[in-house]
Amino acid sequence: MERIPILRMGDTLLVTIQLDMQDRTALALQEDLAARIADTGATGVMIDISGLEIVDSFVGRMLSSISGIARILSAHTVVVGMQPAVAITLVELGLSLDGVRTALNVERGMDLLRRIREEAPLGL
Amino acid sequence: MTQQYEALLAILDSKEDPLIQEWLAEAAQGGTAPAASFSSDARELLQALRTALHSGPPPRGTPHPGNAWHTLNGVLESLSRSRAARGETAGDTSVFVLALKKALFTQLQATSDAAALAPALWSATELVDRLAQHTVTTFQLAREDIIRRQQEELLELSTPVVKLWDGVLAVPMIGTLDSNRTQVVMETLLQRIVDTESEIAIIDITGVPTVDTLVAQHLLKTVAAIRLMGADCIVSGIRPQIAQTIVHLGIDLQGIHTRATLADALALALQKTGWRIGRVPA
Amino acid sequence: MAFEPTGTLPIESEQHIVACRQTVRALCAGLRFSLVDQTKVITAASELSRNTLVHGGGGRMRWEVLDQHGRSGLRMAFEDEGPGIADMQLALTDGWTSGGGMGLGLPGSRRLVNEFDIRSAPGQGTCVTITKWK
Repeated sequence: MERIPILRMGDTLLVTIQLDMQDRTALALQEDLAARIADTGATGVMIDISGLEIVDSFVGRMLSSISGIARILSAHTVVVGMQPAVAITLVELGLSLDGVRTALNVERGMDLLRRIREEAPLGL
Repeated sequence: MTQQYEALLAILDSKEDPLIQEWLAEAAQGGTAPAASFSSDARELLQALRTALHSGPPPRGTPHPGNAWHTLNGVLESLSRSRAARGETAGDTSVFVLALKKALFTQLQATSDAAALAPALWSATELVDRLAQHTVTTFQLAREDIIRRQQEELLELSTPVVKLWDGVLAVPMIGTLDSNRTQVVMETLLQRIVDTESEIAIIDITGVPTVDTLVAQHLLKTVAAIRLMGADCIVSGIRPQIAQTIVHLGIDLQGIHTRATLADALALALQKTGWRIGRVPA
Repeated sequence: MAFEPTGTLPIESEQHIVACRQTVRALCAGLRFSLVDQTKVITAASELSRNTLVHGGGGRMRWEVLDQHGRSGLRMAFEDEGPGIADMQLALTDGWTSGGGMGLGLPGSRRLVNEFDIRSAPGQGTCVTITKWK
């Protein structure tokens, strides 16, 4: 089964989701991220979905879960690169992705993470 | 292939040119001024009809893609569309197709014996009527299609997305907001936000006369989509009456930033993106 | 994938959900749906095929390309012989916003398409048919 690679950039873990994932791949990503956050003590998680053409409720819930899990492990999550058609569809679907911070692209995402860390230096 | 269509098929196979000649002559008599394309239209139609009849009798319902009768329908549809674009009426196009009957009758009379003539004529009539009917139906749809596309173009022209500042876009909405309109604007705006990497989009509704629950819903959806993508939104140009309507209807703006004027919205946008404006003595 | 006007796909595993999405994508591309419409349809298909697998115990997706008077469309039916839905009212209640509903994503999926039909009863399986017109 394929596992999505997790890269590390300083205090931030970077994940790029490009393929049409099976449900189990999404769940594996969740587990892998939790483990890596704990292992590395990362304070930021960036999930790049600019290559995702479809975000359904399963993927949406995965993003919310990752955000929640990361928070418990003292890391902030930012999801970047959501395609316009995906945003429109998610709104119509009624999925609000509560608790998930988003930014337009990786650069903005890193800015956002930096700002959040500055505002809450001792954790959440 | 039943006998009724055999005679017809034989004519289509061997008498294409005389058929076209008489057809065009009949069509010209009907009052439609012949255009250069009529001759090639006629030929294309006859050939498609021939291929279709060769493949089998006309199907009962709507033919499936890949079927020769489906291809024939396609030819009829493009004929319809090109006529519609030229401003011709559904009647004109129908008359053109029906004019084929006379040409078919002439040929059938020449080649069939008395017994076979009546059923062959009936089949030919039925078939041509069906073709004409199809053009009328698709004519209607084609016109509606053209109108819709023109509306969309008008829409794009009337709701331009402009860059007010680095990272700040604005969309002045003018006229009534319906779901179709809002969708087009939404898609254009979202794409521009991505393209320009803008942080804030200002939707100005000064030019929108009324806001009801439906309009508010469309606006809310647009704002939600913008925020989902990671940008923010300010709705400006809210006139006092609209503000009252919003409260009256109990519409929950869900924490959307609102400002009475575009100028105020710009000030807020600049503030949010970290700009400070100072006045320097001239 | 060759553009087939009708067909059936089994939904018996997670890979089949992915196959459903890919098949629907190919069909939408063939029909030249707009990007937004395509995204909506594939997303609805993803939701409904997952329901079929997870709640229906497996089943199939039947599709049909529609062509009515020059108007093109795509119809998909998601069928299973599972337990069926006992409380249809609840199933069609918006869950994510109100906190109620059944989490089947039915009202959401319905908003993504033009026509939505659901047939289900306890012990009689479920069939959800959706249609998107160009």
